[in-house]
Amino acid sequence: MENSGQGPARRDYLVAVEGLTKHFPVTRSLFRKPAGFVHAVDDVSFQLERGESLGLVGESGCGKTTVGKLLVKLLEPTAGGISFHFPDSAAGGAAGPVDAAAIKGRQMRAFRRQVQMIFQDPYESMTPRRTIYDTIAEPLAVQGIGDVLDRVGRVTDILTLVGLTPAATFLFRHPHELSGGQRQRVAIARALVIGPSFVVADEPTSMLDVSSRTGIMSLMQELAGNLGIAYLYVTHDLAVARYMCHRIAVMYLGKIVELAETEELLGNPLHPYTRALLSAVPVADPDYRREPPDIRGDVTAPVDPPPRCRFYDRCPRATTFCRDNPHPPTEEKAPGHWVACYEV
Amino acid sequence: MAVVTNEPVLKVAGLTLHYLTRQGEVKAVREVSFELARGQSLGLVGESGCGKTSIANCLMRLLPDNARLVAGQVFLDGQDLLPLSEEEIRRFRWRRIAMVFQAAMNSLDPVYKVGQQVVEAIETHGVETTVAAARERVARLFRLVGLAPQLMERYPHEFSGGMRQRAVIAMALSCDPAVIIADEPTTALDVIVQDRILRELKTIQQELQMCIIYISHDIAVVAEVTDRVGVMYAGNLVELGDTAEVFRAPLHPYTAALLSSFPRISGEKRPLATLSGEPPNLIDPPPGCPFHPRCPHATAVCREEPPPLVSRGSHWAACWHPLDATLSPMGQADASR
Ligand SMILES: Nc1ncnc2c1ncn2[C@@H]1O[C@H](COP(=O)(O)OP(=O)(O)OP(=O)(O)O)[C@@H](O)[C@H]1O
Ligand SMILES: Nc1ncnc2c1ncn2[C@@H]1O[C@H](COP(=O)(O)OP(=O)(O)OP(=O)(O)O)[C@@H](O)[C@H]1O
Ligand code: SF4
Ligand SMILES: [Mg+2]
Ligand SMILES: [Mg+2]
Repeated sequence: MENSGQGPARRDYLVAVEGLTKHFPVTRSLFRKPAGFVHAVDDVSFQLERGESLGLVGESGCGKTTVGKLLVKLLEPTAGGISFHFPDSAAGGAAGPVDAAAIKGRQMRAFRRQVQMIFQDPYESMTPRRTIYDTIAEPLAVQGIGDVLDRVGRVTDILTLVGLTPAATFLFRHPHELSGGQRQRVAIARALVIGPSFVVADEPTSMLDVSSRTGIMSLMQELAGNLGIAYLYVTHDLAVARYMCHRIAVMYLGKIVELAETEELLGNPLHPYTRALLSAVPVADPDYRREPPDIRGDVTAPVDPPPRCRFYDRCPRATTFCRDNPHPPTEEKAPGHWVACYEV
Repeated sequence: MAVVTNEPVLKVAGLTLHYLTRQGEVKAVREVSFELARGQSLGLVGESGCGKTSIANCLMRLLPDNARLVAGQVFLDGQDLLPLSEEEIRRFRWRRIAMVFQAAMNSLDPVYKVGQQVVEAIETHGVETTVAAARERVARLFRLVGLAPQLMERYPHEFSGGMRQRAVIAMALSCDPAVIIADEPTTALDVIVQDRILRELKTIQQELQMCIIYISHDIAVVAEVTDRVGVMYAGNLVELGDTAEVFRAPLHPYTAALLSSFPRISGEKRPLATLSGEPPNLIDPPPGCPFHPRCPHATAVCREEPPPLVSRGSHWAACWHPLDATLSPMGQADASR
């Protein structure tokens, strides 16, 4: 099992994730034993090349943000590993692949220069009393990049690039003096300003109108092309994923259930969950009546899930075989199209 | 006083709001007027930063210290909310008019269990008299938004972004308000959960004849769930009409641009269209029509004079050169362009 499913070993990988797992204890009170474990991320594997964008979509609560936080080392995995292969020995001076678990202490600063996260909640990267300038310049200051004048220039430039113009009217405002979408753009600017190699973008444009969003997406794509930045792009908006991502991974309750090239996945979805998801995308036509998606029952909570297929309870195609067997293995059903389902 | 039927539940007239900043006054809302009848839903769409949340905050009377209400009235059941004292407004807020905040993710208190926070909201407003009844009500609301009732016992940090957003929707629904303002209520939800919640909201809305204002960047969601839609640009409401009509035949060039740039997941992958030019500077907004610097139809008059309202039944827009040339305030010359 040199690669556990999600795609052939890629030549120039930047990030390789292998069997990544994160369980959270469910505690009733501080002193009692956990009442169970939330299997937020369960045996997830994938690889990302330089300059590649991988879309991560899936049900609310299925573990997308947790995957992102594990990748940027804001959380430690329960099991499994992540390795990075930064260009020219960037992190900690080590050439060749670096095991994320080994990055500690002094190496963290170099790691932060390479790997950034744009949080789902833009407030998470802001302090109420800090101005927009301070917020965006902070990573530059931490990394010791440029002097103050130089930083003002860089911050002004990136504000303009993300569409906060005239930049001078935004520099000294505080986060609460911005609209929701403007705050999101500050969070994006902050993550991109130091030129990282890999960015986890957790729903970075969910509060932007289509036009501003398109502008930001082109900016991110340009940076991917010119600087080789790779993105893990978490989104609920499949149309955004279509334009931003080379490949899309679909998660359900902690597991990746399908992974393929974007057009292949959207045009030929194989997993029953992916199919339901695509059929639920709203249509911008007030006369169109959409059928409810083909999915049964309620959202299930991932606390100590039974050992069968995670989608079993809600699957319109489930059989007794699905009930009596472990979660299905991820198999390549068409070239580069990986699916975990017995019925495909 | 006898309640006159057909009187709108919510009536906003000439609302104008500025924010004071070091660089000058941000003119976030300019002379916005609209009405909502019982049981009606209104979508509010427009560019990021155009003033949608600011309108919502006015309706809730939750304004930051640097906000200056310049003019306007907000009538809820015939009562103007704007002159009320903080104490008086509390009888309306949450009980009659509630809001799902755009920053839903951090509008929960991190130190209390999520369920407890909703129970408290219900008790404070006296909607249920016993704790048991309040808890039962919360459990029902949790199920409605797709959260297992056991999750009431967890803390906000143990919720995912979308789970928090759903808890906040449950909170807004908890006191059966007459008007709900939902500010980007489903941005953190996958389309299946979103579909379910929008259907549930529609059912409740019809049962209780509630008014809902949906603020959303997802035009497809607005198309699916609203009766009327208002389009904002640079603090102005530039078009308002029945949703089907606005989508089928928009009058304002900005609305047309907004609708045409919406990406799809099926069919051919076309390059995405962006509005050319920069977003307006609200401290020093353009004279005349605020959209003129980016408008493909702009002429000299657009650059100098504020545009007049043109209307087709209950559908209107503020534009010198509306996309239906028969309505043009410029007369024949314009119609023959
Ligand atoms: N610190 C924590 N303690 C306990 N449970 C947690 C914690 N963080 C996340 N969880 C749980 O882990 C699961 C996955 O959460 P995660 O935030 O990764 O979901 P997500 O896919 O990002 O969802 P969304 O799209 O709603 O943001 C959820 O069931 C959540 O309740
Ligand atoms: N407290 C404040 N002080 C100064 N300016 C503010 C304040 N709050 C909002 N603004 C500005 O007012 C304008 C309108 O903001 P508002 O939050 O209403 O926009 P919005 O339409 O909700 O945008 P979004 O879709 O991005 O959430 C924005 O340009 C914003 O920068
Ligand atoms: S008034 Fe003029 S500038 Fe404004 S939208 Fe109409 S045509 Fe364009
Ligand atoms: Mg998340
Ligand atoms: Mg807003």
